Amino acid sequence: MLERTGVPTREQIRGVTPPQEILNSKPVVIVECFQRIPCDPCHTACPTGAILEFEDINDLPKVDWSKCTGCALCVAKCPGLAVFVVDMTYSDKEAIVKIPYEFRPLPNKDEIVECLNREGVVVCEGKVIHVFEPFKDGTKVVSVVVPKEFAMEVRHVRVVRKDE
Amino acid sequence: MKETEILIVGGGPAGLSAAIEAVKAGAKVLLIDDGLKLGGQLIKQTHKFFGSKEEYAGTRGFKIAEILLSELEKSGDRFEAITNTTVTGYYADDGVFGALTGEEKYFKVKPKKTIVATGAYERTIPVPNCDLPGVYGAGAVQTLMNVYGVKPGERALMVGAGNIGLIVSYQLAQAGVKVQAVVEAMPKIGGYWVHASKIRRIGIPIYTSHTIKEIHGKEYVEGATIVQVNERWEPVEGTEKHIEADLICLAVGLSPLIELLWQAGCEMRYIPELGGYVPVRDREMRTSHPDFYVAGDAAAIEEASTAMIEGKIAGLCAAKSLGYDIPDFEEKFNAFWEQLDSLRKGPVTEKIRQGLPKAIVGEAYRHA
Amino acid sequence: MGGWIKEHPILSFKHGRKVKFYVDGKEYEGYEGEPIAAALHANGIKVYRRSIGLGRPRGFFCAVGKCSSCFMIVNGVPNVRVCITPLREGMRVQTQMGKGEIR
Repeated sequence: MLERTGVPTREQIRGVTPPQEILNSKPVVIVECFQRIPCDPCHTACPTGAILEFEDINDLPKVDWSKCTGCALCVAKCPGLAVFVVDMTYSDKEAIVKIPYEFRPLPNKDEIVECLNREGVVVCEGKVIHVFEPFKDGTKVVSVVVPKEFAMEVRHVRVVRKDE
Repeated sequence: MKETEILIVGGGPAGLSAAIEAVKAGAKVLLIDDGLKLGGQLIKQTHKFFGSKEEYAGTRGFKIAEILLSELEKSGDRFEAITNTTVTGYYADDGVFGALTGEEKYFKVKPKKTIVATGAYERTIPVPNCDLPGVYGAGAVQTLMNVYGVKPGERALMVGAGNIGLIVSYQLAQAGVKVQAVVEAMPKIGGYWVHASKIRRIGIPIYTSHTIKEIHGKEYVEGATIVQVNERWEPVEGTEKHIEADLICLAVGLSPLIELLWQAGCEMRYIPELGGYVPVRDREMRTSHPDFYVAGDAAAIEEASTAMIEGKIAGLCAAKSLGYDIPDFEEKFNAFWEQLDSLRKGPVTEKIRQGLPKAIVGEAYRHA
Repeated sequence: MGGWIKEHPILSFKHGRKVKFYVDGKEYEGYEGEPIAAALHANGIKVYRRSIGLGRPRGFFCAVGKCSSCFMIVNGVPNVRVCITPLREGMRVQTQMGKGEIR
């Protein structure tokens, strides 16, 4: 399916989702990389060793969840923009999703934005709580708060301003 | 007439890398490029590169061009580059190249060795009205918007879901152009899936098993009709969709630019997996002509990362053939080939692995 | 239609000096040293010449000086590849009809 649509399947997503107890304990990385391509910057960007070293540069990334702090450096570094961080511990009903963002306009802190799923469909609204640019290379990481049930759906945000 | 030890034709990733290695080895290099700026297609690549650290993975293409050019600044008088100049032909009788600056100023160049790093050109597809202004090569559109800051249109249709089609679709969106759709005749997306996912989540549809049936417009493009194709590539009646667009980008493949190699009488082979006619060469990137080397897309349609390594090999070996003493030659040569092999190992480079053995002669060309 | 990109998430465009040039006698503005085609496109001009046989409109295509689609008459010289020819102050650019005439 992914090779026909560009949208990963449920099973593929399940395969890269950490176990529930990890997901409920801390912010953690979701590496949505499903194709063996020659690429390893997610590993070299990881400061904690959570994204394991590649034996073959074509390997799919492997994650040691216990070491991941959800810092999102890999989110900013991945050339395929395929890495996200999900933090289910944010509140009872809400989670944070950290998303790579390379568009204009930039969302402001506390701005309400449209949240899109992997098919580009708006599924909910979210509130941006943080925008940072770890490598000063144009890729921002946007932290957006969304209802928990959408945390594994939302993968892009769109700024909508009435005056524009 | 200009004389030089090594002439490099083309200042893209392969040519610049070749220049760096050749200069490092002590050779004098003249590089000629027909563009207005050096860097070839790197200067319009705003996405981050794949690969490993050696090929600047995670760094945007235009930044890589800056890195290569700053490396060359250290060359002193061993390196000269001429831009806005087309190498127009090779005259085998006396080993001289003709070159044309702008459209009117001719001069001649006589090198000892030549590295052809001319790259590739974009293919087109025959479809009614494909000659209308507004139907452009996807790479050409990238140049307009990413090098010169021109908004190429308002609404775009992308033809081809290989890496170029997917990447340029994303970049069009970044420049504020609405991408209406990406159509791909193959049943599968040819480019990296991460690039496809990237454009899907921002709302761009990808129609696989679809082709462009007709382009509409009188003086320039106003839209197109797309249609589904079956497994025999026949249009499926009743599946036509109209797409409004003032820009149609063709990302339907590249062909190596190899005219100079033909003129030099290099042995050429038609190898579809490598993009068409390519020169036969040995592991030093030397062609059947003892004074001609090749690197990058002119050798096989591949990635910028592999082009850079091939360039280094060609530059290193061309310098060695001039008699320069390179103490760590073996070490470097083997390291470059290790990098190439590792980049070409995965499933996405299967075609390349099938094609290369047909182009590379096992041992060094036995030049008399 | 067209125009210059004002805001970009990755790139900042360092344009050169703004200069005046003429297309079929009409005055336009573009940036010196950038390809004539870039200035034409930014000004919404897409038709560069008419084909030899059927007089069909032709414009930009490859941007690398290879395809011959973008031939125009520049300062009286026909068949100039405007995609790789830098714009200069006061340049006179004309739509080319057919083969163009060498004087």
